[in-house]
Formats: sequence, structure tokens, C-alpha cells
Amino acid sequence: MTDSQAHAAIDTVIRLESARLIAGLAHYTGDIGLAEDLAQDAVVAALEQWPAEGVPRNPGAWLMTVAKRRAIDLFRRNSELERKYAQIGRALEAEGDGVTPEYDRAFSDDIDDDLLRLIFTACHPVLNVQARVALTLRLLGGLTTAEIARAYLVAEPAIAQRIVRAKRTLSKARVRFEVPGTAERPARLSSVLEVIYLIFNEGYSATAGDDWMRPALCAEAVRLSRVLAQLAPAEPEVHGLSALLEIQASRIAARTAPSGEPVLLLDQDRARWDRLLINRGLAALEKAIDLGGERGPYALQAAIAACHARAFRPEDTDWSSIVALYGVLAEVMPSPVVELNRAVAVAMAYGPQAGLDLVDELAGESALRAYHLLPSVRGDLLLKLGRGAEARAEFERAAALTRNERERQLSADRARAAGADGAG
Amino acid sequence: MKFLGYTLGDPSVPMPEQTPEHYQRMGAFVEEATKAGVLLATGGLADLNEGVKVSYHNGEYTVLDGPFTEAKELIGGWALMECRDKDEAVEWTKRFLAIVGEGDTTIRQVYGP
Repeated sequence: MTDSQAHAAIDTVIRLESARLIAGLAHYTGDIGLAEDLAQDAVVAALEQWPAEGVPRNPGAWLMTVAKRRAIDLFRRNSELERKYAQIGRALEAEGDGVTPEYDRAFSDDIDDDLLRLIFTACHPVLNVQARVALTLRLLGGLTTAEIARAYLVAEPAIAQRIVRAKRTLSKARVRFEVPGTAERPARLSSVLEVIYLIFNEGYSATAGDDWMRPALCAEAVRLSRVLAQLAPAEPEVHGLSALLEIQASRIAARTAPSGEPVLLLDQDRARWDRLLINRGLAALEKAIDLGGERGPYALQAAIAACHARAFRPEDTDWSSIVALYGVLAEVMPSPVVELNRAVAVAMAYGPQAGLDLVDELAGESALRAYHLLPSVRGDLLLKLGRGAEARAEFERAAALTRNERERQLSADRARAAGADGAG
Repeated sequence: MKFLGYTLGDPSVPMPEQTPEHYQRMGAFVEEATKAGVLLATGGLADLNEGVKVSYHNGEYTVLDGPFTEAKELIGGWALMECRDKDEAVEWTKRFLAIVGEGDTTIRQVYGP
């Protein structure tokens, strides 16, 4: 093995072990900030020793043992932390002094539960959304602050600060390292799902960030949703989110033209959709429904995505089912954006005039006043009804409202084309 | 990124007998890889000699039943992995090989449709 191969192997092992290591240490110390510091110390030791001695046979156990010893050293020097470290001390004595050869002994028996606790803690509602996202990517994804900064087009010190502050907030709020109880669980779970969904969307949509990190964010969110589906298999919305992300990820290759231009859903080459991911998504959706979750917001969005995924050609799309699903979604998660999407589906199922009637009902919504997709949809429907001049005005409004350059260009082009149609 | 890992070997050499302990360790490993969101699909292949070769040349199909004499063929199993990079796929493959004992596994990146 060459030096660079050896280093890559070491970095990879550390990245793979990182989340479990931090989760296990947080279980012992009850403090994820402290857990991360201890894990970091163990990583430094590994980077010193492994290049010469080779990667140990059980690297996770090695890192855990070194981190716990480090905790004991700290404890001896810092009596303030006595309570926390006393627990670790007892655990270590019980284990003996050597590097334990099996995971079972270095990690607590329920490392999966620790990982689930870590997810719930990193996504705690006491943190703002940005902090939750950064902490989740750092602790669960093992991304470096530099990678997170690059993905979100934020300076690295700002991300580092965000993570430090988040850990301080958790500590101050005395957030316990645990899986929330029944009463708290729905709200806490939805906070976790929101974070994973936002990470995916940041990679999927073109608001900011560099092209190199975007696919990584999508991939990480899909991975997290798969991990969560294994850790919390009884939660229908976990499978609902997983289904939604698998199906959306199945279209990644098809949704960008070679030139980088976005390709709209109905214009995509469906042969390029990833059938493996679609099948995984459909299976996850079935699981969500079997668990009684058919009215969950993520399951409903997944069911809508599934209607598209099942259609081999755009004209095969079951639009009336999509209309019905948006109707239920509007009940469980009322939002003008959902209504707008429903109007689009209604237009596809029952004709542009039916869709336009619904869109016009939405025109007064203050939440949509600055939303470029409202005039964009309206323009599209007007155009289909042969009202070119009105359509042109709508596309011009849409172009003025969007901050995304590619979308602005698209709307401006459509305005010109609509104007030409209207004149002709 | 998706990677396919598969084991090449001499198909005429019988596979070593697997102990129950082996199966148990492999089961635990498969569970771990699935929980980590890495293992997408996995499977084993039946004996090469039970395979069929279908050829199409000059507008003609030829269907040939085994046995075949190949020095190296895909034997045993395969695994489709989702990893962040090739290094991760290498690490998971090392862990897999540590359980099966000895062998040569090839890892190839899989592109989407």
C-alpha cells in the first residue's frame, strides 16, 4: 500500500466510525460537545499511531477505548467534571485496561440507540434550523466544517461558530441525551425529518452552493434517511421521508441537461430515472402506509412522487390521483404552495381553465405575493387558454420575482415567446 | 456513488464449507452495512456450471449450457454499495473479506441508467 492509500484508508475508517464513536461517548458523558472533543483526541492519537502501526483490527473499539482513557485523564485534572467522568471510570474499570477486542465491549450494547439519541439531540428544536443542519452534518455525516461551509457557501469560521454555539445551547438548555418520550416524540421526530429534508433540498435545488458539494448533500440526506429507517422502523413518517427522498433522488441524472440547465419533470428522459431507487422508494412508501401513515405529510408527498415514478411516459401520469393526494396534503399541512401545486395537477387532470380558477383564488394570498411560481403557473395556464398577452405579463412578473438567474432567464424567454404568440 | 463488489475465483475449486458461526458473523455484518445505509442489494450466484451462455452474432442466437472452463469467473456473491467515495467502498470490502476469510474482491463504480 502506498502512503497516500494508507492515509486515505485511515481517513475513511475515521469518517466511518465517527458518528458511532461520538454517539457512544455522548451516552457516557451526556454531553455531545464533550463527546466530540474526546472523539477528536482519539482521532489525533490514531493519526499519530496508525500510519506506523497499521489500522487496528477493530478500529472503532480502539478509538472508543482511547477516547475513554482520555476522559479519565481529563477527569483527574478537572474535578468539576467529576460527576460525568465517574460514570466512565466505573465503566472502564469493569472492562479492564486493555484495548477491548470486540465492539460489544467497547461500545454499549445499544450503539444503535445511541446513534438515534445523537440524531434527536443534534436536531433538538431548542436549536434554530441552520444550527440543527450544521450539527447533523458534522456529527452524523462526519462532514468537516470546511465541507459544510462549501456546501452552503458560508465562510468556514461561521460554520465552526454555528456548531460551537449549537453545542453550547444544548448544554445550557440541559438537553438530555435521550430518545424523547411518547408525549414529546412527534414534535421531536418532525424536527429530525425536517433537517434531513432540508439537507436534501439544499443539494437538490439550485439556490446556492457549489456544484461539487451539492450531490454530496443529496447523497448524505438519502443515507441519513436510510439509517433512520433502520433505527426507528416503527415510525411511518420516517419511511415516508425515506420514500420521498429515494424517489426524488432517482431523477437526479435526468433533471439537468448536459449544459447544466434544469429539465422540468414532464420533459425528463424517464429512461434515465434510477429504477433501483424508485423501487426502494415505492417499498418504503408501502411500509409507511402499512404502518398507518398514509396521511403523513412526507408519505403524501412520496405518494405524489410515486404517481410520477410509476408513469413510464408523462401522458401515463395518474393526475386525478395526484389531485386527490394534494387535497389530503392541503388538509394535513395547509399551505398556499400546496394549493398552487394542486391547481397545477387540477389543470393537468381537468383542463387549464379549472386550474386557472383555483390559481385565481390564490392570487390574494399574502404568502404568495413574492413567490415567482404563482405568476409562472398562471402564465402557463393562460398560454394554454390562448391568452398570450396576459401570459406574457405573468411571465414578466415571474422573471422580476425570482432571484435565481437560470429561472429568471427561463421566465424571460417564455415572456418573449408568449408575446410572439399573442401578437400572432 | 454506487459500487459493485464481486469476488473472482477459480470456479472449479469448491467453495469452503461455511460454519454456523460464519453465517452468524456474516449476518451481523450485513445488518451493520444495511444500518449504515451502505448496502443496497446483495446476492449470491449459483454454480457457474449450472449457468447458461446466450450469444448473438451475425443475427444468430446460440444458447450454450455449462459446464464451462473458465480460469477466473465471478463466484460467490456480489454486493451493491452506496458509498461517499471509493475509499469507503474499499474499507467496507476489507471488513467483508475479514469475515469470509481469504479472497479477491473487485470493486467497480456503477453508473446510473
